[in-house]
Amino acid sequence: MPTPNTPLWEVFIRSRNGLAHKHVGSLHASDATLALQAARDIYTRRGEGLSIWVVPSNAITASDPSEKGMMFEPAESKIYRHPTFYDVPDEVGHM
Amino acid sequence: MTAANIKVSETPLVLYALRRADDALILGHRLSEWCGHAPAMEEDMALANMGLDLLGQARELYAYAAKVEGRDNDEDKFAYLRDVRQYRNLLLLEQPNGDFARTMVRQFFYAAFADLYWRAMMKSSDPTLAAIAAKSEKESAYHIRHSSEWIVRLGDGTEESHRRAQLAIDDLWAYTGEMFAVDDSERGLIDAGIAIDPGTLKAQWQKTMTSVVNEATLALPKSDWMQQGGRSGRHSEHLGHLLSELQSLQRTFPGATW
Amino acid sequence: MYTQALNSSDGDDRGIEDAARAAAFQARIDDDERIEPNDWMPAAYRKTLTRQISQHAHSEIVGMLPEGNWITRAPSLRRKAALLAKVQDECGHGLYLYAAAETLGTSREELVDLMLSGKAKYSSIFNYPTLTWADIGTIGWLVDGAAIMNQIPLCRCSYGPYARAMIRVCKEESFHQRQGFEIMVTLCRGTEEQKAMAQDALNRWWWPVLMMFGPPDKVSQHSDTSTKWKIKRFSNDELRQKFVDATVPQAQFLGLTIPDPGMTQNESGNWVYSEIDWAEFNQVLAGNGPCNRERLAARRKAHDDGAWVREAAAAYAEKRKARLLAQAAE
Repeated sequence: MPTPNTPLWEVFIRSRNGLAHKHVGSLHASDATLALQAARDIYTRRGEGLSIWVVPSNAITASDPSEKGMMFEPAESKIYRHPTFYDVPDEVGHM
Repeated sequence: MTAANIKVSETPLVLYALRRADDALILGHRLSEWCGHAPAMEEDMALANMGLDLLGQARELYAYAAKVEGRDNDEDKFAYLRDVRQYRNLLLLEQPNGDFARTMVRQFFYAAFADLYWRAMMKSSDPTLAAIAAKSEKESAYHIRHSSEWIVRLGDGTEESHRRAQLAIDDLWAYTGEMFAVDDSERGLIDAGIAIDPGTLKAQWQKTMTSVVNEATLALPKSDWMQQGGRSGRHSEHLGHLLSELQSLQRTFPGATW
Repeated sequence: MYTQALNSSDGDDRGIEDAARAAAFQARIDDDERIEPNDWMPAAYRKTLTRQISQHAHSEIVGMLPEGNWITRAPSLRRKAALLAKVQDECGHGLYLYAAAETLGTSREELVDLMLSGKAKYSSIFNYPTLTWADIGTIGWLVDGAAIMNQIPLCRCSYGPYARAMIRVCKEESFHQRQGFEIMVTLCRGTEEQKAMAQDALNRWWWPVLMMFGPPDKVSQHSDTSTKWKIKRFSNDELRQKFVDATVPQAQFLGLTIPDPGMTQNESGNWVYSEIDWAEFNQVLAGNGPCNRERLAARRKAHDDGAWVREAAAAYAEKRKARLLAQAAE
């Protein structure tokens, strides 16, 4: 008999206060409490974290890479959104 | 030729530190036996973490015992060159791992005590013990969290897990009384504010037991007969086998450095 | 850690792929772009990686057993803590790697079942027994040393999740080889008996460690596709040579003799080793190593003994979910 699947979780860790949580990996656990404990035991053994999020992997909705053009390329031409688009005379100094 | 046992001057404070060091070493050793054999990789990681916490506690306590004793003993001599009759750990902690339920129940019984104990010991008038307590308390707080969660899942999981968890509770219960016992050698330390009276922790411990065990739909045994002996070196048969493994190299190659 | 010997690929079913998409995929690889889980990829790329990453994961998990054999007998508390932490790391590495393999669409449970049924391979080095404490030093020094040679290039592998897992693994493993070498130094500076123990361990592990890098390039199949896909960046023989050249001076430092009387140093400074006994390698790979059966049996036992625990956790999760739903309905 094949081994039944245990739900998969994605783990996010805040390494220092002031930083955002960052995806560090995944694990298997039957519920959220065990997932959080496992995340602590697996991903913070070397003092990597101050805060942990665990999210069921199937709760993540991801963009489709094949729609990359439609999703992301239109932003590339909007160069006026970036400060370097604008000329400020050198005499003005840092702005 | 095999390496001989060391002699230890068990003054009250040396003995006190050795007892707690032996507790931590023996339980840490038991947990380390799981490495590579746990029910899931996630639990393998957790059991090793707890084992490493306990090994760390043992080493600090042995180092302190050696310092107080002031002879040429050290952590390894204490661990590797005392025989069964010289070990001072609680009987509960040398009990074999058995199945995962038994390991978790043993952990739960002890961690629920250790957490209260170390928290109280943070107020010890002995600064080294207070510092060890401050570090150990955080570790045992996690151990009690981890084992409680498992007691609840095993008790309230399947029929089989319920049966195994209840059996483990019934079998190990008689070893819990020893955690709260005080003998003459400790009485003086308690009076001096170096140690705390573990009897004062019993009501709170019992409360944790009742609440977790109830939530787990399990039951605590009615019997209040308690086994004693570990603190004075009267152990179960299991400890000798554990030590013969733990000490095999040191005993086979006397005086070698590793 | 240990995949080089297991590299193989399925370059043959590529005909069924859409040629244009395959060309675009190859262009991305050639541009050193990383491939991510949801990206289109040739079926053979997916299959090759699933197999390689899961075999790598199996190797980590089975690899816990030979060293785990000495945790309860480690000769000092310092060594005991280090060894337990190291073997635990291997479990963690197995876990990261299974997770990377899962992003390709096969569940960890399915991959583990393949290993337990004997269908999936793991590194043959773990089918050798650890007989003395010096074996623990030797494994750290040589097996982890060989693994590092192998794994560092994998940090730049074209598949993002695998490369990321390898970066984490390499970072954590940096203490493993030093841990082993320190044990060897201590033994070699110890009593005559300890030194003999160290030499004996080197004698037994040397050739199996060289085999870890896999068959010689002249007979190694499939390497071409793996190289083209940037899963593999160096050949088996290149990595093996690099390892030998790094290791010989270390053995000299220890005062140990590499068990290869025919070994010579060529004019470019490389140490030329004698012919490897590939018949032994093939036997171990075929299941006839000294510990193949025990290793699988140990993993199966852990898996079977743990079934009721996993079932209990799953049952509890279901009950809790039902209770929460019932509460919400009130």
